Amino acid sequence: MSGPSLQKGLAAFKEQIDAPVAAFFNSCMHCGMCADACLFYTETKDPTRTPIYKLEPLRKVWQQEYTFWGRSMKALGMSKPVTDEELGQWEELVYDSCTLCGRCSMVCPVGNDIAYMIRKMREGMAAAGHAPEGLIGATKRAVTIGSPMGVKLPALQAQIRHIEEDTGLEIPLDREGVDYMCLLSSMEIMNFPEYTAALAKIFHQAGVTWTISSEAFEATNSGIQIGVSEIAAELVQRIVDAAEKLKVKAVISPECGHAYMAIRWEGPNLVGKPFDFKVVHILEVLDELREQGRLKTTGKEMQRLTYHDPCQIARRGGVLEQPRRLLDMIADDFVEMPEAGVMNWCCGAGGGVSSNERADDLRLKVFNRKKAQLDAVQAEGLVSACANCRIHLEEGLEEYHMDLPVLSLTETIAEHLAEDKS
Amino acid sequence: MTETEFLLWVRGPALQIATIVFVLGIVVRILQMVMLGRKANLAEARGSALAGGLRTMVTRSVPDRGTFQRSTFTIVSGYIFHIGLFVTIFLYAPHILLIDEVFGVSWPALPTPVVDATAVVTIIALLAVLIHRIKDPVMRFLSGFSDYLVWLVTFLPLFTGYIAFHRIGLSPPMLIALHILSVELLMVVFPFTKLMHTFSLFIARYYNGAIAGYKGVQS
Repeated sequence: MSGPSLQKGLAAFKEQIDAPVAAFFNSCMHCGMCADACLFYTETKDPTRTPIYKLEPLRKVWQQEYTFWGRSMKALGMSKPVTDEELGQWEELVYDSCTLCGRCSMVCPVGNDIAYMIRKMREGMAAAGHAPEGLIGATKRAVTIGSPMGVKLPALQAQIRHIEEDTGLEIPLDREGVDYMCLLSSMEIMNFPEYTAALAKIFHQAGVTWTISSEAFEATNSGIQIGVSEIAAELVQRIVDAAEKLKVKAVISPECGHAYMAIRWEGPNLVGKPFDFKVVHILEVLDELREQGRLKTTGKEMQRLTYHDPCQIARRGGVLEQPRRLLDMIADDFVEMPEAGVMNWCCGAGGGVSSNERADDLRLKVFNRKKAQLDAVQAEGLVSACANCRIHLEEGLEEYHMDLPVLSLTETIAEHLAEDKS
Repeated sequence: MTETEFLLWVRGPALQIATIVFVLGIVVRILQMVMLGRKANLAEARGSALAGGLRTMVTRSVPDRGTFQRSTFTIVSGYIFHIGLFVTIFLYAPHILLIDEVFGVSWPALPTPVVDATAVVTIIALLAVLIHRIKDPVMRFLSGFSDYLVWLVTFLPLFTGYIAFHRIGLSPPMLIALHILSVELLMVVFPFTKLMHTFSLFIARYYNGAIAGYKGVQS
């Protein structure tokens, strides 16, 4: 396989254009409402960061290849083809200035799913060699090492030993025939081992059998963020193979938004067949245990808490009610931020933005949007369910001198587990 | 060409050509769009794509509160001129008469003074929309030739209709001929420009709602 090229990029654009994309481009009236829906515009006031404009090269290819007028102009040599230089200019708009949060897709009056198109456009950008260095590095590490952050099995095993010592509970590795196979994000392995400890405690109390696969423990999928479906499929296939080998009933996606999108919604489409097992988000599992009376908590958090909906879990993933019901068990004073839920504002670091060092200043700048949302409710604790959001939220809060603890919902629930009587 | 010959040409051959381009163009463009198809979704569904799609086709007409506050002018002016266009095109007695002659269907008209007033409001709204497009940094940045062209071909029938009704400036046959000609221009331009959104927005909204609905989200 030879390297990336403009031809490959344009061919990928052509291949990515389907009926929805054609309907979307056909319908855009340049009303500009998507700009006001996007934190990368509202916090910079830079018109080039208008969501629909980020798709301009893809739109040109659609017009030149799939419309009567565009094809006629092309045949007459009167249209300007998309150039490599143009794609180079767009790289910063497509990768640094979009987290695929999909808020614009909820606002567009003609119904354009802009995030759906950005995801597709990245396939062509990567094929043309215009993906950010940071993401290329993360993707290479994901393929060769098994984790975008370069976390190897011994590191996980070391963490597991610590957690087992701390909790006195077993973290089962490679156990066949259990109910659930749990995936973890590298961020959770390295920075938040408390998450895995929380799983052990909660599952122990509820009598759930589970395991972690030594062959496929990484939940995130850099292939999707960079836009290389072949790599994304390879990463999904590792999980599928492990789940089938261990004969589990379901795979649990951890507190990570894009991991959930990758395995739950894109996974079967990437590998080209439906899964034989279910894929559930940890919040769905916890809510189900709650409903069955198997999740028992005691005491409540007394400080005023609010909840940040990770985009890929809520708006793009469909897990909206579960965190509210779970918070109701453990929060005495819960308050919703304005526009919480499907219209929530992104933290600014999803969709590969956090792996892209070039975007570091920008993502902290646009965090101002989150700050405004938080300021409106004067919360004393911010709960979320995505390790990537969490890291960025902590960084953003520090940058803006806000003294607010960021809590994981799963971990907070584990802290309130009722005493084990067994 | 005399005024009468011009009027006859506009009402005869020109209208036939415009109608053919309009109808055929729209059909071809919609087929071009839909026939691209999309891949079947292999992920296990949480909700109904069909129900979500149909719902968004309707619900996307009403913005959420935050969006309304951020884009108030765009939304209000957009509503006014779209409703205004609907009223002046479909609820004006002579237009209904024409539709009845061609298609054999009719419906009650609004009183002419009401349509006249609506036309004034719509003309003002369209001018405001144009000024907004030129002055707003995002809209000006996004807009190209095609955006101003579609504005012009939308505005002209309304404007010529208004001066024809009030018999301003030219002889009545000339005014009516210009009005019909401006409509023909709109019809010919329609399938090749984003005026197609009149139809394609429902397809776009359907796909948007279906993609979200499949995942159990209402978009």
